[in-house]
Amino acid sequence: MKTIAEINEKIKKGQAVIVTAEEIIEIVEKKGIEKAAKEVDVVTTGTFGPMCSSGAYFNFGHTKPKIKAGGGKAYLNDIPAYTGWAAVDLYIGATALSDDDPRNKVHPGEFAYGGAHVIEDLVAGKDVRLTVSAYGTDCYPRKHLDSWINIKDLNEAVLFNSRNAYQNYNVAVNLSDKPIYTYLGTLKPKLGNANYCSAGQLSPLLNDPYYKTIGIGSRIWLGGGIGYIAWQGTQHNPNAPRLDNGVPKRPSATLAVIGDLKQMSSKWLKGVSFIGYGTTLNVGIGIPIPILNEEMLKYTAIKDEDIVAAVVDYSVAYPTGKPEVLAEVNYKQVKSGEIEVNGKKIPTSGISSYSKAREIAEDLKQKIKKGEFLLTEKVADLPSGASTPAFKPLNERPVSKEE
Amino acid sequence: MTSRKIVINFPKEKINQPLVYKLIKEFNLVFNILKASITPDQEGHMVLELSGENTEKGIKYLKEQGLSIEPLSKDIKVNWEKCVQCGACVSICPTGSLYIKDRKTMKVEFDPEKCIACELCIRPCPPRAIEVHY
Repeated sequence: MKTIAEINEKIKKGQAVIVTAEEIIEIVEKKGIEKAAKEVDVVTTGTFGPMCSSGAYFNFGHTKPKIKAGGGKAYLNDIPAYTGWAAVDLYIGATALSDDDPRNKVHPGEFAYGGAHVIEDLVAGKDVRLTVSAYGTDCYPRKHLDSWINIKDLNEAVLFNSRNAYQNYNVAVNLSDKPIYTYLGTLKPKLGNANYCSAGQLSPLLNDPYYKTIGIGSRIWLGGGIGYIAWQGTQHNPNAPRLDNGVPKRPSATLAVIGDLKQMSSKWLKGVSFIGYGTTLNVGIGIPIPILNEEMLKYTAIKDEDIVAAVVDYSVAYPTGKPEVLAEVNYKQVKSGEIEVNGKKIPTSGISSYSKAREIAEDLKQKIKKGEFLLTEKVADLPSGASTPAFKPLNERPVSKEE
Repeated sequence: MTSRKIVINFPKEKINQPLVYKLIKEFNLVFNILKASITPDQEGHMVLELSGENTEKGIKYLKEQGLSIEPLSKDIKVNWEKCVQCGACVSICPTGSLYIKDRKTMKVEFDPEKCIACELCIRPCPPRAIEVHY
């Protein structure tokens, strides 16, 4: 048994043993759980994939005379930002598109530039054009603003993502006879390909399946900088069915994360475009897991072959909300490049990047080794257990014409 | 026997000449047209896979006729700075030129030799990291 405080003391003295969630697998195979749990102090995880519920807020500073963007309209490089706040605070979301983007008018649309790309440009230090139209008040008389802004001049710039780092995800296929264009990529007809989206054995929440160490307040590696877990993510669903090893077989827990955008990197916050679907932000996240005991070590030693995901048809079952699962496959199979569904061998592609997830886990390991990153105790638990409300669809109550 | 994939750029005054015919007739070459865009009075482009004993002689002949010839590998480039290493392209690419060899690191690689410049990968690439250069 170790405590986080003890582990941090070892990190400060440069004596801590830190390995990645990939390296720990081999260590456990060689030394066994008991010995490995004594020797290893921290296991680092990583994931880098598209996460739509991502965005950033910032304060661009007061103008002279003052302007109140709140209640008005604001655009960043032509992409609408949310203004429903005080005078000069804005939020830009990853999936926002310019008003005149053709979207899917000619299907499948390109979605070449959206909110996610604005965030990437800001982080990269590029000038971004800010346009505001306001209604003018006695205290904020100005009605128009058209100015270049740069992240270094913003008062605060904060990445705040309401749902990231999904604990497991669907493997998407297409049973129909025409290509479909989804947030899991282009899916060829009649089971032409299968796309998955998880870092598998490196994925943060799959290495701490019951959120014993990961919780609200945990310090994390976010977008190349330092961030924190702010809350459970939206659609957090810890009661998904699990394997005996504790790993959920369906999309399960999620995280809301926050961090200073100014110290992040455009290498790890990348705007991406899914044809026919829209724009989203590729977010890099790494979470260190303290090896407090043998139980935690056992969780982090999880292998791709011990993690199972559901193969779901995205032509009918997903869009209509049917809970149909075509097959269950493990991550060793999906990462081999081919899986079998309905007796047919189909090529697989990742949407989440395993090789970048490795880089993140390695970078976090190095930062902890150098003492630049210390572990934190969680402040509160992520909801889990039977009392957690189930993730449910909308109970639609159509409004009658008379209302 | 050598096989080469080339991109031929036709100046518009050469469009009307049966140059590809000569490759068969005079140089005994086998060719496979991978892509062609030739319109009267406009500059044309053609992607050919050529094979036969006289491949180099045939290419020399085309150059002498005033066509510019480039190896096809120049055409499709992966911008590795932009690439997020997801692998979405791998199951789209029909020739296996975008591939993952090492299943431990899952690094996406590109083999220009196998690429036929079909461009199927261009739009499905989420960071739009695959570029076509003419």
